[in-house]
Amino acid sequence: MLDSFLLRAALAGVGLALACAPLGCFVVWRRMAYYGDATAHAALLGVALSLALSVPLFPAVIVVALAMAAVVAGMSGRHAPDTLLGVLSHGALAAGLVAVSFLEGVRSDLMGYLFGDILAVTRADLALIWGGAVVVGGLIAWRWSALLLATLSPEMAASEGISPRAEQWVLNIALALVVAAGIRIVGAVLIGAMLIIPAAAARPLARTPEAMAVATAVIGSAAALGGLAGAWHLDTPAGPTIICAAAVLFAVTSAAAGVKRLLPA
Amino acid sequence: MTLPDHDRLLELRRLSVEIEGRRVLDGVNLTLRRGEIVTIVGPNGSGKTTLMRAIIGTLRPSAGSVQRQPGLRIGYVPQRLAIDPTMPMTVGRFMALPRGRSRSAVEAALAEAGLAGAAGRQITALSGGQLQRVLLARALMDRPDLLILDEATAGLDQPAVAAFYARIEAVRATQGCAVLMVSHDLQIVMRASDHVVCLNGHVCCEGTPESVSSSPAYLRLFGAEGASTLALYRHHHSHSHDLPLDEDAA
Repeated sequence: MLDSFLLRAALAGVGLALACAPLGCFVVWRRMAYYGDATAHAALLGVALSLALSVPLFPAVIVVALAMAAVVAGMSGRHAPDTLLGVLSHGALAAGLVAVSFLEGVRSDLMGYLFGDILAVTRADLALIWGGAVVVGGLIAWRWSALLLATLSPEMAASEGISPRAEQWVLNIALALVVAAGIRIVGAVLIGAMLIIPAAAARPLARTPEAMAVATAVIGSAAALGGLAGAWHLDTPAGPTIICAAAVLFAVTSAAAGVKRLLPA
Repeated sequence: MTLPDHDRLLELRRLSVEIEGRRVLDGVNLTLRRGEIVTIVGPNGSGKTTLMRAIIGTLRPSAGSVQRQPGLRIGYVPQRLAIDPTMPMTVGRFMALPRGRSRSAVEAALAEAGLAGAAGRQITALSGGQLQRVLLARALMDRPDLLILDEATAGLDQPAVAAFYARIEAVRATQGCAVLMVSHDLQIVMRASDHVVCLNGHVCCEGTPESVSSSPAYLRLFGAEGASTLALYRHHHSHSHDLPLDEDAA
C-alpha cells in the first residue's frame, strides 16, 4: 500500500503537520518566528554538508540546525534580536545556496531542497519523519507545563526550580528535528510557514494552550491533505500548495472570529 | 550550604553581579528572616531587578554568594506576564501551572483573592488589578517560605495599592512567610515594611523605614519625593527640604 507515492506523500504531510503542531504553538507564543526561519535556512548548509561529505541528510541538517541555535543563544543580548536573527537567517540561506552551488549535479535538485519534493518521499524518509514527529511530540509533552511557565515568566519558572535556559534548549532540539523532517516535504524556505500558519489559524478556536495545540494539529493535517489534493488537480508544486491551503484556513478562522465578534452575543 | 539560624531564610554575602561587563550590583549584603517584610527601594537602573534575579537564580553572581535555606519555597510575583495575544490561557489553567492542582484548590484560592468564578476567564481579559491578585493568589498556593514581589503594584491606583499591601501584611500574619518587595512606590511600601534597603548598585543605607527615610543618602537619591515620605514620618516638623539631586542618581 505504501507503494503509492500519493499515499506516502499524504502520510509525510500529516506526519510533518503533527510534528509542527506543538512546536509551532511555542514558536508563535514566544515570538520565535524569525528564529524558526533562521534555523530552517541553516538547514540548507546541512544539505551542502551532507552532499559534500556523503553523509546522510537527516543528521547533517540536525547538527547544523543545533549549531545555529547555539550561535543565536550565544549572541543574543548583543544586538537587537530581530536584527541579529535577520542577519543569521538570510546569511545562512545565502551561504547555503553558495555552498550547494560548488557541488556538481546538485543545482538541478536545488528547488527540491528549497521548496520540498513531497512526491519523491521514500519509505525511509517516512520512517524518519514519523520518528521525528514522535520524538518532538514526546519531548514537548514531557516539558509542556514547564515550557508554558517559562514562556509566561522566566523568573516565575526559575523560582519553581525550572531552568528557563534548559527549556529553551528543549525547543531548540525540537526545532532542529522538525526542520530535518520537513526539508524533504516543504523545503528549507517554507518550514517556517508550516510552523506558524496552522498555529495562527488555530488561535481563534482555542481557550487553553492544550486546545490550541490540538487544533493546530488538525488544521496542519487538513492543510497538508488539502494542499496535496490541490497540487494534484491543479498541477502545482506540492510544498507551496500545502502552505497556500494553510493560509486559506488561517483566513477562514480569522474571518469567522471577526464575524463572531461583530454579532451580538 | 546550611544557614546556622533556622529563621534565616536567605543570606546574600558581598553579592556582585556583572551584566555585559558592567557591574550592576556591588558587594550587597542582605539577610532575610522568617516573618520579615523587607523592601528594596532605589531609582531606575539601581539594580533592584538584578538583585531579584540573582536571588531567584536566573542571574549568576560574579562574586559573593546567595545562600538559601535548603528546601526554601519561593513564591514569585512578577510585575507582569510576557503573555502574547496568541496564547490562549484561562485563569484556572494558569493557576495550576506547572504541576497541576485540583479545581477546588484553584477555586478556593481565587475566592480568597476576591476573584470567585474567574477561573474560566482569559488572562489577557483581566484588568491590571485583577491580574495582580491572580499572580499573588498563585504564588501563595504553594505556601511559600519567601514571597518575592517585583514592582507588584506598578500601574495600580492608590486604593488598589493600599489594598494590595494590606493583603501582603495579612498573608505575613497568617502564613508567617518572609516578604521581599522591590518598589519605587515609596510612601505606602515604606509604611508596610519592617526593614528598608536603599539600593543604588550598592546598599546606600538600610534600617527601619523611619531611619532610612531620614538618612542623607536616601534623600540624595530620592530628592523631593523622598522628602515628602520623610514628612509622613516626621509630620511634626513643618520645615521644607530643599535638596540637591545627586547626579549619578538621576
